[in-house]
Amino acid sequence: MTNPKEYEDIPGTFVFDADRSRQGYHLNMFCISLRLQESRDAFKADPEAYLAQYPMTEEQAQAVRDRAWNGMLELGGNIYYTAKLAANDGITFQELAAKMTNMGSEDYRKMMFDGGRSIEGNRSKSEWKDK
Amino acid sequence: MAKITAGVGCSHVPAIGVAMDTNITDQDYWKPVFAGFEKSQEWMKDNKPDVIFLVYNDHCTAFSAEIIPTFALGCAAEFHPADEGWGPRPVPVVKGHQRLASHIAQSVILDEFDLTIMNKMEVDHGLTVPLSVMFGEVDEWPCPVIPLAVNVVQYPPPTGNRCYNLGKAIRRAVDSYDENINVMIFGTGGMSHQLQAERAGLINPEFDKRFLDLLTEDPVTGSQISHLEYMREAGSEGIEMVMWYVMRGALNDDVEEIHRHYHVPASNTAVGHIILENR
Repeated sequence: MTNPKEYEDIPGTFVFDADRSRQGYHLNMFCISLRLQESRDAFKADPEAYLAQYPMTEEQAQAVRDRAWNGMLELGGNIYYTAKLAANDGITFQELAAKMTNMGSEDYRKMMFDGGRSIEGNRSKSEWKDK
Repeated sequence: MAKITAGVGCSHVPAIGVAMDTNITDQDYWKPVFAGFEKSQEWMKDNKPDVIFLVYNDHCTAFSAEIIPTFALGCAAEFHPADEGWGPRPVPVVKGHQRLASHIAQSVILDEFDLTIMNKMEVDHGLTVPLSVMFGEVDEWPCPVIPLAVNVVQYPPPTGNRCYNLGKAIRRAVDSYDENINVMIFGTGGMSHQLQAERAGLINPEFDKRFLDLLTEDPVTGSQISHLEYMREAGSEGIEMVMWYVMRGALNDDVEEIHRHYHVPASNTAVGHIILENR
């Protein structure tokens, strides 16, 4: 059963499917390594040497250097992995979400407090044409 | 014989654990989240289970990208809280129930659900936050726990229908266990939320309400909610609500809804909680 990827129509979303998982494997393995303090220490001491241990693409490595949070997702990263890199940087999950939506942390927090992002106008890429 | 008496559905937002661990539950932001669990903690005291079967997902903590089992059953003697990048949660070690877990593994696999057996596994907030909100702060968890970790991180997770039928197989396994014990089953995760990319922050209370209504009253219909509908309507991470259907499948068709709690937000997520007793 091979359905077309209907989920690619959801706007502002990178569904972490088997293709993205394959593409992002080394990027994600780098991110999860930062779960442990000794890895965080080694990464902090020499970021380039640490990054070089993971055979990701140069584009992915640059996205890590730039902390291009959406870029990492587009290149096969998954949010639960990239959140480990964010935690390493002292960024909370909510601050990370704010960065990915290009909103300030305060505006994002207020949006969530007021009930979150509405589903209306956010179901399909056809509704985001003007963005 | 053993029996399943009740099911609990519950969000497992990590920030809820952090709020408890840092003693800020009485802040205005958190008060309404925790108020909804006061009745639940009383109910847990009155209906203390001998074992909890807890369905949850790991968030790239115990499982890396190297191994991604769809269903992984915790058969170890104990499960330590994992370091998720900011130190392990300061909560008790989770004790397993090895004899019942082995029985369930054997029964369910012969029932054609191909589980992965975990004889060593750390557990993250997905498992410990539901225990914390239902039991409060305790020196040790009041009963053993059998974890079932479900892949909902890499698409596709198991379908709601598959989860519902697995719940029925777990029910058959528990029903055939030779000790007179009371087993409670937890389905965790959700509710609507999206943590990633430009659509992060999505919340859909109408979807969540319909999900809870169907869960109680018409689970056969609810179990057919498609992955596309979950992701589009409840956010890319909202898809983890399929795990509530393992819980629902293990209960009677006819259940009584004892308690429901819904609040927006906790961090990026809609918090949902339900208690169902077999009729």
